[in-house]
Amino acid sequence: MIVPLADAIRDLVRDGDTVALEGFTHLIPHAAGHEVIRQGKRDLALVRMTPDLVYDQLIGIGCARKLVFSWGGNPGVGSLHRLRDAVERGWPRPLELEEHSHAGMAAAYAAGAANLPFGVLRGYLGGDLSSHTRVERVTCPFTGEKLAAVAALRPDVGIVHAQRADRQGNVQLWGILGVQKETVLAAARAIVTVEEVVDELTHRPGAIVLPHWLVDAVSLAPGGAHPSYAHGYYDRDNEFYVAWDTISRDREAFEAWMKRHVLNTADVSEYRRSLDEAGVAV
Amino acid sequence: MSVYAADEMMAVEAARRLDEGAVVFVGIGLPSVAANLARRTHAPGCVLIYESGTIGAKPERLPLSIGDGELADTADSVVSVPEMFAYWLQGGRVDVGFLGAAQIDRHGNLNSTVIGEYDQPTVRLPGGGGAPEIATGVRDVFVMLRQTPRAFVEELDFTTSVGDKVRVVVTDLGILEPRYGELTLTAVHPGVSVDEARAATAWDLRVAEDVRETQVPTDDELHALRSLKTKGKDL
Repeated sequence: MIVPLADAIRDLVRDGDTVALEGFTHLIPHAAGHEVIRQGKRDLALVRMTPDLVYDQLIGIGCARKLVFSWGGNPGVGSLHRLRDAVERGWPRPLELEEHSHAGMAAAYAAGAANLPFGVLRGYLGGDLSSHTRVERVTCPFTGEKLAAVAALRPDVGIVHAQRADRQGNVQLWGILGVQKETVLAAARAIVTVEEVVDELTHRPGAIVLPHWLVDAVSLAPGGAHPSYAHGYYDRDNEFYVAWDTISRDREAFEAWMKRHVLNTADVSEYRRSLDEAGVAV
Repeated sequence: MSVYAADEMMAVEAARRLDEGAVVFVGIGLPSVAANLARRTHAPGCVLIYESGTIGAKPERLPLSIGDGELADTADSVVSVPEMFAYWLQGGRVDVGFLGAAQIDRHGNLNSTVIGEYDQPTVRLPGGGGAPEIATGVRDVFVMLRQTPRAFVEELDFTTSVGDKVRVVVTDLGILEPRYGELTLTAVHPGVSVDEARAATAWDLRVAEDVRETQVPTDDELHALRSLKTKGKDL
C-alpha cells in the first residue's frame, strides 16, 4: 500500500488524463507535481481551485493542455507568470481554460464525490463568467427558483498531500482541509503523499481519516508540500512564494530553475537539498 | 498629529465601519488588515472568516495567504471549502464581505478576471475566486481599492461580480457610497481635494452635497494597526 512516489505516478497518471492536485493553500502536493513533471506527462487537463506555484510549474514546463480553476494567482504576491504566459501568449503551448467561481467548483467537487451528475448552487448571478464557462440554469422543482448547475468534477486522478498514514495506507489529515476529501472521493484513482508513515493513527482534534480502500497509492514524501505547509510539521514558506515571482517572470530563468531543482533531482529530499545549496529560503 | 500612509487611512476607515459582532468574510491584503484592526479596537467580537475554511480566526500577525496555519490554529472552527461556500456563505451567515478588483464601474460592478478580451486577454488576472458569490451572498459588500482612472472605469472589460450589495468603496482618496443610483463621493480623506478624487475617476464622479472629510487616524488606531503589521511580513 505504501509505494514509492515515482511508481505511483508512473502507474496511475496517464498522458491525457484529467488530474486534480488539491490542497487549499495548506497541504499542496508539490512533490507529486514535481514527479509528474520529471516523468514528462503530457496533455493533462489540470483541475484545481487555486492553481498555485505547482500548477505554474506544470503549465510552464508544458504538461498541461487545459486548466479548470477558480482563482489563478500567487496568494498575497500577485500573478502566476507561467500561467499568464500560456494564456496570453500560448507559451510553451496554448492552454484551454474552464473558469469557475470557488463556490461553483466546490459544488462540482462535492457532486463528484456524491456520484451526482451536477452540483447546484445559488451562484454565477449577473456577471460575465456564466457566458464563458460550463454552467447552466436549472429550476427548483419545489419552489421554482432558478439556480446554477455545474457539471460534477470526476477527475481520472486525484492527488492530495496529508500529514500521515499508517502502514495499511489509512490517511489522516487535519488543519485546513480544503476540498481534499471531495477530490479523493470524486476521482477514479487517488494518490496521497504523506509527511510520515506511523504504526498507529492516534486521535487528533479536527482530523479526518481517508480509509485505505479509498486510496490507490500512498507515498512517503516528507516535506512534500513545500513551499506550501503541513500543519504540525512545518510552516508555509512565505518567502519562497515571494521569490517565485522573480524566478517565474522570465522563461529562461524559470527553465533553469526547473532543471536545477526539479528535473535534475530524483525526489523530494534531493529537491529540498538543492534548494538549501542554492540558498533559497526553505 | 501623527504621520500616516494612505493605505493606513484606508484600513482605518474600513475598520471603523465594521460593527461589533459583525461576521466578516475577509480577503488577503487591506481587508485582512482592516478586519483585524477592528477586532483590536472597537469591535473585539468581530468574527473573521477566511475562505480557506477558518471561522473566527484571531491571528496575532497578518497572514500572507488566506490559508496560513495561524488562521486554523486560532479559529473557533475549521470547515471544508464546500461547506464554507454552501453552508456559511450561501446559507446567509455572513454580514460583510470585502472585495477588491482591478476595475470598478459606477455601479460597483467589479472586474478581477481579464484586461482586454476574455479569449485574447492583454492581461490575464487571477480571476474571481470567491467574489461572484460573496457579492451576492452577503448582506453588505465593502470594496477597498486605490483610486486611479485605470481602476475606476467607465466600462469594465469583464464583469466578475455585480455591485448590487456594494455599500461602500474605501479608496486612498476618500469614500464612495451608492446614492442617486450610482457610486457617489461622500467623503475625502484629510488633505485630499474633491477635484483630486474626480481626476482619479474615469467616469464623471458625482459628489454628494454634504461631502465631508474623514477623521484622521487616532493614535490608538495607528498604534493598533502598526503593532499588527510589525508582527507580519511584506504587508
